[in-house]
Amino acid sequence: MQNALSVVLDSLPYLLQGSFLTAGIVVFAMFLGLFIGIFMSVGLVYGNRFIRYILTAYVWIFRGVPVVVLLFLFYFGLFSFLGLNFSAFATVSIVLGMTTGAYQANIFKGAILSLPHGQFKAASGLGMSDMQAIKNIVLPQILRMSIPAWSNEYSIILKDSALAFVIGAPEIMARTQFVASRTYQHLSLYITAGIIYFLLTWAGVIGLRKLEQYVRIPGYSQHGNQ
Amino acid sequence: MELSPFYQELFVSLNRGLVMSIALIVPSAVGGVLIGIVAGAIRTYGNRYLKTIADCYAAVFRGTPLVIQLFVLYFGLPNIGIYLTPYVAAVLGFTFCSGAYQSEYVRGALLSIKSGQYLGGQALGFTTFQTIVWIIIPQAVRRAIHGCGNEIIYLIKYSSLAFIVTCIELTGEGKTIATEYFRFTEVFGIIGLYYLGLVSLAIIILKKIEQRLFIPGFGHH
Amino acid sequence: MTEKMVILRVNNLSKSFGDSTILNSVSIELAKGEIKVLIGPSGGGKSTLLQCINCLVVPDAGEIELDNARIQFTRKQDIYRLRQQVGMIFQDFNLFDHLTALDNITIALRKVKKMPKKEAEKRARLELEQVGLGDKETLYPAQLSGGQKQRVAIARALAMDPKILLLDEPTSALDPTLIGEVISVIKGLAVKGMTMIMATHQISLIYNLADEILFMENGRIVEQGPPAALLAAGNKSKSQGFCDRLNELSEVEG
Repeated sequence: MQNALSVVLDSLPYLLQGSFLTAGIVVFAMFLGLFIGIFMSVGLVYGNRFIRYILTAYVWIFRGVPVVVLLFLFYFGLFSFLGLNFSAFATVSIVLGMTTGAYQANIFKGAILSLPHGQFKAASGLGMSDMQAIKNIVLPQILRMSIPAWSNEYSIILKDSALAFVIGAPEIMARTQFVASRTYQHLSLYITAGIIYFLLTWAGVIGLRKLEQYVRIPGYSQHGNQ
Repeated sequence: MELSPFYQELFVSLNRGLVMSIALIVPSAVGGVLIGIVAGAIRTYGNRYLKTIADCYAAVFRGTPLVIQLFVLYFGLPNIGIYLTPYVAAVLGFTFCSGAYQSEYVRGALLSIKSGQYLGGQALGFTTFQTIVWIIIPQAVRRAIHGCGNEIIYLIKYSSLAFIVTCIELTGEGKTIATEYFRFTEVFGIIGLYYLGLVSLAIIILKKIEQRLFIPGFGHH
Repeated sequence: MTEKMVILRVNNLSKSFGDSTILNSVSIELAKGEIKVLIGPSGGGKSTLLQCINCLVVPDAGEIELDNARIQFTRKQDIYRLRQQVGMIFQDFNLFDHLTALDNITIALRKVKKMPKKEAEKRARLELEQVGLGDKETLYPAQLSGGQKQRVAIARALAMDPKILLLDEPTSALDPTLIGEVISVIKGLAVKGMTMIMATHQISLIYNLADEILFMENGRIVEQGPPAALLAAGNKSKSQGFCDRLNELSEVEG
């Protein structure tokens, strides 16, 4: 049995390589979620009853079913059932993207509803079409308001990405498990992995806080413009 | 109508798993709330040392994936001679993780109570203890309930990680059957419905509690 | 003038926060039924003085005697008893946000005075009637206007049967349109002979109610005397100048 510290030091580069895949999953999922969230929030607020019904069901499902269950369902079930040959990496990214999309839809919906009614009317009054008003007036405002909630989503996705190992994507957690099963230094290795995640979490949260300050306009805070 | 053997076996297993899931969720939710209250109160009112400790606890458990916490408890601790059963490891992991998040809501609720509320109580001759019991707690509970309820819903979903440390609950039972019959879509579709049922039930109960406790000026949003 | 019955004696009260001295050896003697009005620039120590008299802020030095009984600042029981007998009205009301108007009043009666629920409610209703809010007992603070909140706060303090009422700028957080209703309640108290110390910038309260004006500046009482003397025409007192400025302000505000 090897010494814990030397095992950790030896395997550190190998573990850290996993953070590229982790980062890839997180970035892909965040943007997929952003995309889904924006379209869904517009549909949830401005859509007709049928659209709202469908979107609400989507949100209900993805907020109510555990990520692990979704991963198994999509990776071993639905995707192969549909003849889609997605890699574990792609599956994790898509599932996490769809999940965070459901949450982001609600975040953006709240932001849209907190906009003063006059904003949309003023845009229409200037001759903008509905789409132009949404794109030029509504979105720039709700995206700013949503950054703090986004930072929360980032931290959730990052931590959820550690579940990718259950379907075999070789990210940080899977690599840690692999090394641990050979060296039996479970405790020190998992603590090391925990530290890596911890640093990634705070790096992202601080980065988003910087972004928030960078795009700040006087009058906008996370509580909207009051 | 007679169910096929596959479905008969599936539902027997899943129901057994459901019982285990509930046995994981209930103590973890209760423990999480209790730890959350203590840690949240310390993070708000504690002296510098206690506060630092509680802040670190919350940051560590909120900053690392739950699955790693479970691995440390179940696979890691034996390295230093501590052996936990899968059930105990899972409940401990869930409780401490949940408690860290709950402390955040408790802290937020306590911070949101204006200092005037203490002053108002003291000016009427309330003791500190009376002020806490009759003024601070009733207000804090109403401010925290929504966030704490949401956290319990997260806990219900994350109880699905217990199978990873070989505590076979709903997801674990399903995985066994799905692997055996290689019918992942049906099995995990149905498991998904089980969780949707649990989560929806929890949401309804929490909404009822929130409604019952509702007071103008304390609503969510 | 008949023999004064002194109810509160404050001797050489001092209080500092860090390096800054907020109260510098302040003394007051208050007789039963007397009304003293504190005026002066903000930051002059009026609020701290009132909070010290109620031991919401414990003084660094000095003495407080209520009904000839000295308050030991280190004894919690003394402080709780003092607070039960000295009512406090705050600038921002400090109603308990989770309790109805009625329960805001009953809670202290029940928990501090250990009064039975029925009796407490009866008393609370009486006090609400007195401030003109008999029909609002089931409403929560969030459902009341500022003026109504302050009247509930006054009713809450009066229900404790205080010997003295301290009022810390009771109208300064209110919309101009709501000040009147609170002023008339306070005037009603004066008519009934309530003993009060009040910090206020309301000219009408200063002129009409004060038996004595105390002008505070830099933590000291720098002038004191009856309004007739201090505010007499041609008197160049600080109080006079201060009230003139208040008058100008209220004229500008319309």
